[in-house]
Amino acid sequence: MKYVIIGNATAAIGCVEGIRTIDKKGEIVIISSEPHFTYGRPLISYLLLGKTTEDKMNYRPLDFYEKMGVTPMLGRTVTRIDKDAKAVVLENGETVSYDKLAICTGSRPFVPPMEGLDTVENQTPFMTLDHAHHLRDMLGTEKDKNVLIIGAGLIGLKCAEGISGLAKSITIVDMAPRILPNVLDEYGSAYIQKFLESKGMAFFLGDSVAKFSTPTHAVFKSGYEMDFDVLVVAVGVRPNTQLAEEIGCEVNRGILVNDHSETCVPDVYAAGDCTVSHDISADVDRILAILPNAYLQGETAGMNMAGGNHSFAKACPMNASGFLGLHMITCGSYDGEEYVVKTADTYKKLVTRDNHLVGFILIGEVDRGGIYTSLVREQIPLDTIDFELIRERPQLMAFSKPERMAKLSTAH
Amino acid sequence: MKRVYVNEKWCLGCHLCEYYCAFANSGKSDMVKALKDHKIAPRIKIEERDNISFAVSCRHCEEPLCVKGCISGALSRVNGVISIDSDKCVGCYTCILSCPYGALSTSTSGAVQKCELCVKNADGTPQCVAGCPNKAIVFEER
Amino acid sequence: MAIDFLYPQYEVIRNRDRCITCRACERQCANKVHHYDVDFERMESDESKCVDCHRCVSLCPTRALKIVKTNHTFRENANWQGETIMEVYRQAGTGGTLLSSMGNPKDFPVYWDKMLINASQVTNPSIDPLREPMEIRTYLGKKPGKIERDENGKIIPNLSPRLKLEVPVMFSAMSYGSISYNAHESLARASKEMGTFYNTGEGGLHEDFYQWGNNTIVQVASGRFGVQKDYLDAGAAIEIKIGQGAKPGIGGHLPGAKVAPDISRTRMIPEGTDAISPAPHHDIYSIEDLRQLVFSLKEATAYQKPVIVKISAVHNVAAIASGIARSGADIIAIDGYRGGTGAAPTRIRDNVGIPIELALAAVDQRLRDEGIRDNVSVVVGGSIRNSADIVKAIALGADAVYIATSALMALGCHLCRTCQNGLCNWGIATQRPELVKRLNPDIGSKRLVNLLTAWSHEIREMMGGMGINSIEALRGNRLMLRGIGLNEKELEILGIKHAGE
Repeated sequence: MKYVIIGNATAAIGCVEGIRTIDKKGEIVIISSEPHFTYGRPLISYLLLGKTTEDKMNYRPLDFYEKMGVTPMLGRTVTRIDKDAKAVVLENGETVSYDKLAICTGSRPFVPPMEGLDTVENQTPFMTLDHAHHLRDMLGTEKDKNVLIIGAGLIGLKCAEGISGLAKSITIVDMAPRILPNVLDEYGSAYIQKFLESKGMAFFLGDSVAKFSTPTHAVFKSGYEMDFDVLVVAVGVRPNTQLAEEIGCEVNRGILVNDHSETCVPDVYAAGDCTVSHDISADVDRILAILPNAYLQGETAGMNMAGGNHSFAKACPMNASGFLGLHMITCGSYDGEEYVVKTADTYKKLVTRDNHLVGFILIGEVDRGGIYTSLVREQIPLDTIDFELIRERPQLMAFSKPERMAKLSTAH
Repeated sequence: MKRVYVNEKWCLGCHLCEYYCAFANSGKSDMVKALKDHKIAPRIKIEERDNISFAVSCRHCEEPLCVKGCISGALSRVNGVISIDSDKCVGCYTCILSCPYGALSTSTSGAVQKCELCVKNADGTPQCVAGCPNKAIVFEER
Repeated sequence: MAIDFLYPQYEVIRNRDRCITCRACERQCANKVHHYDVDFERMESDESKCVDCHRCVSLCPTRALKIVKTNHTFRENANWQGETIMEVYRQAGTGGTLLSSMGNPKDFPVYWDKMLINASQVTNPSIDPLREPMEIRTYLGKKPGKIERDENGKIIPNLSPRLKLEVPVMFSAMSYGSISYNAHESLARASKEMGTFYNTGEGGLHEDFYQWGNNTIVQVASGRFGVQKDYLDAGAAIEIKIGQGAKPGIGGHLPGAKVAPDISRTRMIPEGTDAISPAPHHDIYSIEDLRQLVFSLKEATAYQKPVIVKISAVHNVAAIASGIARSGADIIAIDGYRGGTGAAPTRIRDNVGIPIELALAAVDQRLRDEGIRDNVSVVVGGSIRNSADIVKAIALGADAVYIATSALMALGCHLCRTCQNGLCNWGIATQRPELVKRLNPDIGSKRLVNLLTAWSHEIREMMGGMGINSIEALRGNRLMLRGIGLNEKELEILGIKHAGE
């Protein structure tokens, strides 16, 4: 059996590990246009922040490919898939045949048209290690650069955090009326925004860059104008679905897969940010571009590629993020009945619907939040636990005694 | 594989497991030196309410959501033990978000911390178990 | 009132250099001696509440605690000693009977410590128990005087029901009520593992414990608590309790507060009512009455179970034992004045009864003299502290011994002697669930097994030293004992020679 994986990030590594739980011998080829050893992609902001260094960013130990029997083809780009010949074609015309193929191509930055953008010399998206390198080079070491970030989503804000010690000033502009609209509710957004403002960041929300009148001058739609030295474009991402689409995989923004990570094309699987998942917390299909989800999907693909029968049907949005010491974790959907606790240093919101916890936000105090996540993921009926107790703080005490015993006295 | 199992029937809520844990992970040779005038941050923690109490520490799952969700590769499964490379951990807390048992915790170093079954200290004998006066936590195959 | 103030007997010494304020002492003290002072950020103690049970000392992870006897003192007076004076104050304040628990702590002679064991030299070689078989299995019950045969010459099996003990030690009566469920479970499980017996006391048998019935002696006492057909059938033997060494001549009183639902069901009395055991059995005023009860119980259990009659060691114990041996009982149990209790009036505990050593020697001699020694087995208790005490007891004539205080110590008892408070920090003499759970029977039963295993090794070692390889050959073999520091009368009663003779 020969496995080919397009991509070298989380879903791809999950796929390798999934394959190896079942098939210890089959040939695995990883093809990635990025030349780097697999690295934790979200670490790029931590790299700039100084919380990690490049030699520690490897997502797996350096002997990973060797130990897992993977042939890495890094810095190579798949230009198309020949599904009839069961082979992928590389940029130089070379072909690599497969028995099972996994598409873990992730996503790419989305750059909306902006007048004069192409004149801006010092600009970068913020998704890859190369972007981080480029950004750091542009910033230099003098802490004298004014940075404009377009996009107040996770990528934009993590970038802002990452360069907070490297830039003279940071201005963030977003069309949306609040920051992190896909992650937080209004109060949470305002809370984080206030915190970041206290750290010196400036926000222009419900606004956008109308044009770049010079390579270092932006004019906002609101009329505000500013000079900047470095521009980061973090507006959003688009899944890399082209290879899949060309061979007839169903695509609706992302590649459609079933809970076995199979596409509709035989022997072709897909996982990670390039796919559409079913969000159990909101009961809708959406792109869940988050790392744990990518791993679990990739692992599922790998196991099934190797002949297993594994399904992953517990996807839901979940994010853990921190900004300069302020931590937040969130999960699920916020559509339902709310239980809210606000203090000066913390914010907690639990959202319930039809006897289930469907989502939560914890800011400031995140200890043991995974217990809440398990309620969402496992769809635990709340009348089987002491919800009043658990909403005070996450704890196993809220479960029934047999349930506690099952959790703590048996192997998992 | 041997794991730490909890039987709340015998837990006295004495919290000694927490102190033996904090000592074992302190790197110090004397408990007084390690813990006096310190607020401990143990890797095993007691939950208690009314007359019920029990210790919670990492279950060392076969399918560890913390490892699978780890963004940096700091968490890994080594011979069944979920280990953390605190050097690699950037403190994003995705593992805290993922763990259904609430078994990972923050630490002053920024990295998360968790029970590693004392494999990195105390010759691999979990000191919480050794210090439990009533066998409410045991280290065994199940 | 100032006059009522009694200076605490014990002081808690805390080494502040070592204390890490983990608060284990505070959490483990049911008497609430320790507390954390938030202002001082340190542990403080109220030693007036301390009973010296050592729970905190044992659990302190940095050995920062010790308990010492206070040196606060009254003016020295050999007659009016401090404790005596304080007892007067206490009674003048309350008007009540003083209560105590465990055995008589007074400085009376311990005869075990005044007897020495023989060893072989040259002429009759000693035996190495690690190489040679060494029999300590013991059967309790009547021994037939002669072998009977049928017309074909075949032996007629006319043995009475007996108890088979793999070690000559049983756990003596402690009721469910006086000790906890987990203490009972520990005793039951250890009995099974060691091939011996524990005893329900007069508290009945909890339904959970019927599974250990083959290792259970069920007691019938004056209150008849929990006595019913299934109960009698469940046990391996039935013990009629006439008296108890710690409180001869008086009954018992389990306060209603301790009659929790489980105990109420087991004892077959209403929840929350006082469980009062009368001083006498109201149907026994003579040996003939006793015989009636013995045979009633035998009849009720189809003559399948040996019947034990337990008495305290009192002045004319030999004559009483002689009567019991003729009552149809299979085993006589004698409890010496140092035997323990969950609660007894202090004056009774400390002043009534006689030492078990003397009682045993007198009973064994009397039964032999009357030619009825084989009618019964003799079991003694009332402070058997170690394996040497057991060897000496058997050499004085006992078939086996009962232990309780030492068994409780194996379970963690530190002999603080405040069982009557029901706040046992070791989870033994308490019914409070949060305290009972402190005794995990997995640990408790293992420790009891360890104790009996250790003792049986030592018994074999001492027997081997004497050149004896069967406990039968040690029984009543008083030549193996010599007295030391004993007067003529004591030697005469014990039936032993003085060291050097």
